[in-house]
Amino acid sequence: MKQIDFENRYRDRWQQLEEWLKTGDSDTDAAALDLPAAYRSLCQQLAVAKERQYTNQLIDRLNQLVMTAHHRVYRQQTLRRNTWLWYLLAGFPRAVRAQIRTVWLATALFLLPALVLGIGSYQNDALIYAVMSPDQVWQFESMYDPGNRVLGRERGSDSDLLMFGFYIKNNIGIAFRTFAGGVLFGLGAIFFLVFNGVYLGAVFGHITRVGFVSTFYPFVIGHGAFELTAIVLAGAAGLRLGQSLVDPGPRRRLVALRLAGVEAMKIMYGTFLMLVIAAFLEAFWSSSTEIAISVKLAVGALLWLLVFAYFTLAGRGAAHLGEEVPRGA
Amino acid sequence: MLDTTYSVETPEGIDLRAQAAGPVPRILAYAVDVFYRTLILAGLGIALAFADRAGWGIWLLCSFLLEWFYPVYFEVMRGGQTPGKKAFGLMVVNDNLTPISWGASLLRNLLRFADFLPFAYAGGVICMTLGRNFQRLGDLAAGTLVVYRQQEKSRTSLPDAAPLAPPRGLQLQDQQALISLAERHADLSEARQCELANLLQPITGKADRDGLNYLRAVGSWLLGGK
Repeated sequence: MKQIDFENRYRDRWQQLEEWLKTGDSDTDAAALDLPAAYRSLCQQLAVAKERQYTNQLIDRLNQLVMTAHHRVYRQQTLRRNTWLWYLLAGFPRAVRAQIRTVWLATALFLLPALVLGIGSYQNDALIYAVMSPDQVWQFESMYDPGNRVLGRERGSDSDLLMFGFYIKNNIGIAFRTFAGGVLFGLGAIFFLVFNGVYLGAVFGHITRVGFVSTFYPFVIGHGAFELTAIVLAGAAGLRLGQSLVDPGPRRRLVALRLAGVEAMKIMYGTFLMLVIAAFLEAFWSSSTEIAISVKLAVGALLWLLVFAYFTLAGRGAAHLGEEVPRGA
Repeated sequence: MLDTTYSVETPEGIDLRAQAAGPVPRILAYAVDVFYRTLILAGLGIALAFADRAGWGIWLLCSFLLEWFYPVYFEVMRGGQTPGKKAFGLMVVNDNLTPISWGASLLRNLLRFADFLPFAYAGGVICMTLGRNFQRLGDLAAGTLVVYRQQEKSRTSLPDAAPLAPPRGLQLQDQQALISLAERHADLSEARQCELANLLQPITGKADRDGLNYLRAVGSWLLGGK
């Protein structure tokens, strides 16, 4: 068959499909056109055109049409509501438990420097200046000085909102960077974990040594349950990426990285959520001065317990119930 | 082959082709996105300045969302194109050339920070130029690819030459060459086409316009013109 005859025979169908694809998402037209069938016959026509070595212009046009239809046919429908529910109830803690060794490693990378610096700066008043500048130290001290409480810390709801925005941008940014750094053979994640551990340990030690215990601990305990855990989890997800590059096992590095990416993202969704909760608590709950210290400590302890119980217990029973099939690579 | 063509075989048994986009258009597209984002943030800053501290809080929140989720939103909801990519005719797709999914888009944009290191996306650009399909680290991990969105080409018209049967024994390659000449008659200058036709003067025995007209007539016949 000559090319012009071929084109004449199918022109109307191509035009119909083109029109249909242009009109966008409107489902009303869906009845008028059987997309899968139209797509399959289009594929066949492209194959024929290639086989018969018709001109590049025709093949390009058909290829383009196939691409557009292909996008429509293979559109993935994610974000179903019950998937999210399943993820929150079981998927997230199970994803964390599946990577438990990496999570412990991240915890160690975060806690050990924190302990060393914490004990160090508790006993040695000069050590904190190795980590931060005197200005920063002064800032921290004034922030948690019990004498300042009534003056500085009684703030309106507008300031709460300001701090909420700040915590979201700053803390979630840190967690995301910790995760992203992991892809550099894990080095970035290790750096951020250790760095944050050192910083935090120094502040804890110093504030405790100065004796601002009654303001500092009630402040940090509540959101710390979510924030510190989330930072560690983000680090663990990052380390997982790095591990796939350092030790890809029997797979090619690229394939191992892709698979690790899927695993890591399962942890990152939940981590993001935890950080939003943490920012919310930090801005609106931890900073409140009207709540008694004992209440704050009790609630804080309860939150820690809740987080640990969630990760150890949630999703153990529903072993295969509604489990999603992991995306293959 | 030293080529940016990327092809995938679909379950229907055909090869889809796409052109992978290199660092330069992607950097330009990114610059456009940064410009838009800055514009939005500046606009928000002015609008929220009246709300004082609460306004700053909302502004910080927006800047966080824009920093991390601006590309994700456009990539998933707008067919793989952020405004910057749209301006340069680029789109992000999964590496099987299907539309990008939420997970992949989130991952590639979270890993943006790793590509940014050590400064100004140097890592990402180096990674892009090392790979075959210009994938930065985020693309490698998420299994995505930035390709050119093919432009709608206007339908070509054939030269108005009465079809003429070709001589016998014309090889497939020769036929295709003649067809291409006929098809590209609008893209090449008249002088160049005559020059090309003159190459065949020893065979056709016709020079300049005559030779060209003859070749066009044969090309038109080969395409099926009557």
